[in-house]
Amino acid sequence: MDYQFDFSFLATSWGDILSGVGLTIRMSVLSIALGFAAGAVFAITRVYGRPWAQKTVAWYVDLIRNTPLVIQAFWLFFGLAALHVRVPALTAAVFALVVNVAAYTTEIIRAGIESIPKGQLEAAECLGLKRWRVIWHVILPQAVEKMYPSLISQFVLMMLATSIMSQISAEELTAIGYRIQSETFRGFEIYIVIAVVYLILSWLLRLTMEQGARIAFPRRRRLAAQK
Amino acid sequence: MQGITIDHLLFIFKGAGWTIVLSALGFIGGALLGVPVALARSSRNAWLSRSTGFFVQVIQGVPLPVIMFVVYFGISIAGFDLPALVAAGLALTAYAGAYLGEIWKGCIQAVARTQWEAAECLALTPAQTAAYVILPQAGRIAIPPTVGFLVQIVKNSSYAVVIGFFDLTYSSRVVNNSTFEPFVVFTIAALIYFAMCYPLSRLASRLERKYKKN
Repeated sequence: MDYQFDFSFLATSWGDILSGVGLTIRMSVLSIALGFAAGAVFAITRVYGRPWAQKTVAWYVDLIRNTPLVIQAFWLFFGLAALHVRVPALTAAVFALVVNVAAYTTEIIRAGIESIPKGQLEAAECLGLKRWRVIWHVILPQAVEKMYPSLISQFVLMMLATSIMSQISAEELTAIGYRIQSETFRGFEIYIVIAVVYLILSWLLRLTMEQGARIAFPRRRRLAAQK
Repeated sequence: MQGITIDHLLFIFKGAGWTIVLSALGFIGGALLGVPVALARSSRNAWLSRSTGFFVQVIQGVPLPVIMFVVYFGISIAGFDLPALVAAGLALTAYAGAYLGEIWKGCIQAVARTQWEAAECLALTPAQTAAYVILPQAGRIAIPPTVGFLVQIVKNSSYAVVIGFFDLTYSSRVVNNSTFEPFVVFTIAALIYFAMCYPLSRLASRLERKYKKN
């Protein structure tokens, strides 16, 4: 094999790559924040809601988790276009990601809620707290704290999933890679560079979220120190 | 659905057939790769477990579409003109191998420590311990999450669309381009994916409950 590796495209297109990174980060942060909020609301509905609401959430979760994200994104993006609704690709992408990741987050937080001992709920009710206050101040923080390792993994997966939004013409990192490839025909080198950038991004995201959890859940640190 | 003909439907189903082919390739390849990965990850040899750990972390830190591109362009510069099926199959194998390896490593470690000690008391060699004591028990624990991961393989095979592989995602997109009936076309595609994945999901959660009871 006499293939000559050629990374010279980096000299001219590092700016494009950075702008792709910027869009990937913006898309991820927005989707994580909104997806987490929606997932928490759905999880509470799934556990404490009226029977019809519980069933609706269960169907939504099953439907989303058993179909690919690409199809969901196409359905939304091309569907809106057919209705003559023009939305920027970023908006459509974030919407598809939120709908998708909220379903997974719902299941994770629900598992967390269901693992909280019943005594916690009874104790809070004895204090005369209203139902929503019990859920908001007692159950949800514990559920999220218990499940945060799973949540972090889910959000890293979601950040990686933004890459498919290149298919609905969002100009994120993978789309930039494809554009440089079609201009320079250095597909192999370009995607190795892109892969390394994603590796760094997922490592940074994990680190940030672990640090965030350490600040958000100081109780765990105290408990760990006691051991 | 005025614009959709029987021919369009058949075209979509043809893509669905290729989705099944690619998923089967990914699962078989992933299982073949996953066993050594799981064994290496739970090995006492630090170098072996760390280097496979590095492979797993790289695969889990890079989006599958990018892995598809790397394999696709990689084999084309090696001078082979292989169809997209091979590139997609190899990429899905690497992906499934890394995840299945991690899942199965967890199952091996879930076997009680005392089982290893008991095997040692019986003077079994490490290979015998693995073959007769640990793996049969780990295998039982591994069934529900493995069935669950099959759903991920079927769904994520859709990412092969980025390298132009003719699967269900690709065929439904082509039909949408000619009919412009996105709600009908992608609802059909979603329902076909759902019909493949939902039974597997249900089976996985049923198996999980069954094994938890025992």
